[in-house]
Amino acid sequence: MDRALDLTAGLGRFVLAMLRGAGAVALFAAEAISHLVRPPFYGRLFLKAFVEIAWFSLPVVALTAVFTGMVLALQSYTGFARFNAEGAVANVVVLSITRELGPVLAGLMVAGRIGAAFAAEIGTMRVTDQIDALTTLSTNPMKYLVAPRLLAGTIALPLLVVVANTLGVMGGWIIGTQQLGFASGAYLKATFDFLQAWDVISGLIKAAVFGFIVTLMGCWCGYNSGGGAQGVGRATTAAVVSSSILILASDYLLTAVMFSR
Amino acid sequence: MSGDIPKIRLRGLSKSFGPKVVLDGVDLDIRAGHSMVILGGSGSGKSVTLKCILGLITPDAGLIEIDGRDVAAMTRREREAVNDRIGMLFQNGALFDSLPVWENVCFKLLAQRRITRRAARDKAAEVLAQVGLAASVGDLSPAELSGGMQKRVGLARAIAAEPDIIFFDEPTTGLDPIMGAVIDGLIVDCVKRLGATAVSITHDMASARRIGDDAAMIHKGRIVWRGAAATLGDTGNALVDQFARGEREGPIQMELRK
Ligand SMILES: Nc1ncnc2c1ncn2[C@@H]1O[C@H](COP(=O)(O)OP(=O)(O)O)[C@@H](O)[C@H]1O
Ligand SMILES: [Mg+2]
Repeated sequence: MDRALDLTAGLGRFVLAMLRGAGAVALFAAEAISHLVRPPFYGRLFLKAFVEIAWFSLPVVALTAVFTGMVLALQSYTGFARFNAEGAVANVVVLSITRELGPVLAGLMVAGRIGAAFAAEIGTMRVTDQIDALTTLSTNPMKYLVAPRLLAGTIALPLLVVVANTLGVMGGWIIGTQQLGFASGAYLKATFDFLQAWDVISGLIKAAVFGFIVTLMGCWCGYNSGGGAQGVGRATTAAVVSSSILILASDYLLTAVMFSR
Repeated sequence: MSGDIPKIRLRGLSKSFGPKVVLDGVDLDIRAGHSMVILGGSGSGKSVTLKCILGLITPDAGLIEIDGRDVAAMTRREREAVNDRIGMLFQNGALFDSLPVWENVCFKLLAQRRITRRAARDKAAEVLAQVGLAASVGDLSPAELSGGMQKRVGLARAIAAEPDIIFFDEPTTGLDPIMGAVIDGLIVDCVKRLGATAVSITHDMASARRIGDDAAMIHKGRIVWRGAAATLGDTGNALVDQFARGEREGPIQMELRK
């Protein structure tokens, strides 16, 4: 009996802690967003974060996308051959990439790179009093550190996903034409004939949400980093893990909402 | 008028972190235009006191008045206006390592739009000269500086916007004695030139006597002594005298076994 009570109490505490955490993150995000509409604006910092996210993530995202497209083509070919449906390869590749894999994989890659980098940078600033120093130097740290990064992430990830989509389809096309014996023109026609604007747009909306999540969790974990090098290490890990999980969870929710017809 | 109203007035300032009581009713007056030195052992809450005055930490209880005005009753904007007039040298410098030295030095002036980026380099060179650094240091990154140079840059950043109140958190800790004396000299010069009210934290007696007019000692979360900095070492207060002479035996027992 006592055991069962302990267990429920523990579960209750866990749920409460989760809710408290979610509430705190939501308030943090709301404050950061409110700074996006009130001057001063830090255009220079926005650009710096944008270049860091969009430009320097390009190689990783591009490689991921190409290989994913290639694997998709191979897998769907061998799978569909069992139903004599090899012709659907181009469709499967383009739909999987634009709707799901482009945004999710780009989001996860950026979570590893940017979520970790932001958490480490802001966490170090926290434990070395640089965030307090900002306040004493007439600068609001939320406005200076968090708001530009959030905006940059939300804009940069969809652009990365446009590149990822293109390269992913190209990866499928390479395998389709070089290895699986499709004619180039027919493969491309099959790719674009069935593709609808919404397939791409829904993926880009997801990407914007994922970009927001990654930069938000990176900033949040860094901003609330505990003491010392260990605290910053923990913040970095927490940023990557939490943003990855949130990407997958919100991917489910967004898919359920956007394709609920 | 400034003779009556202290620049900064603390009454009953209290702060705990979880079960740990750090400040337990600090009462202190800091006279305008004077230099106050706060002494105390490591972890006695000296930095927390300064952070409370700056609004970086919210105290659990107590009154903080700056120029006779209760900061807790201020709007956010008024509070920011007060902070605009305060300069702070952090214990470990807290220089922004993503920015070159010149941008660190002029950060507040740039943030307040009192200066253009173009003019900031020249201004930085001017302020760096006041702390004995060459203009070429302005182009370095903080990571390339030695500890003493970092303190000087931190000092330059704290004074660049010509504040009314300056806080120095352990300005000489970690420096060799000669560099410590040099920094003390710079602090005295800068404070005198600006006519500012200064509050310095230190546990270095020589430094305290050099930079302080007044001194106060914090122990177990309270101010246990205050008096003229010149009398340090011979105050008649057992706590202060033990601290000043660095003696192991006395009323302050290191709580090693707790
Ligand atoms: N943000 C914080 N969270 C928890 N504990 C803190 C925090 N800041 C300071 N402390 C604790 O308060 C005590 C006093 O710290 P501090 O004022 O920095 O000491 P010092 O007098 O050496 O400057 C220390 O024990 C420190 O661990
Ligand atoms: Mg301290």
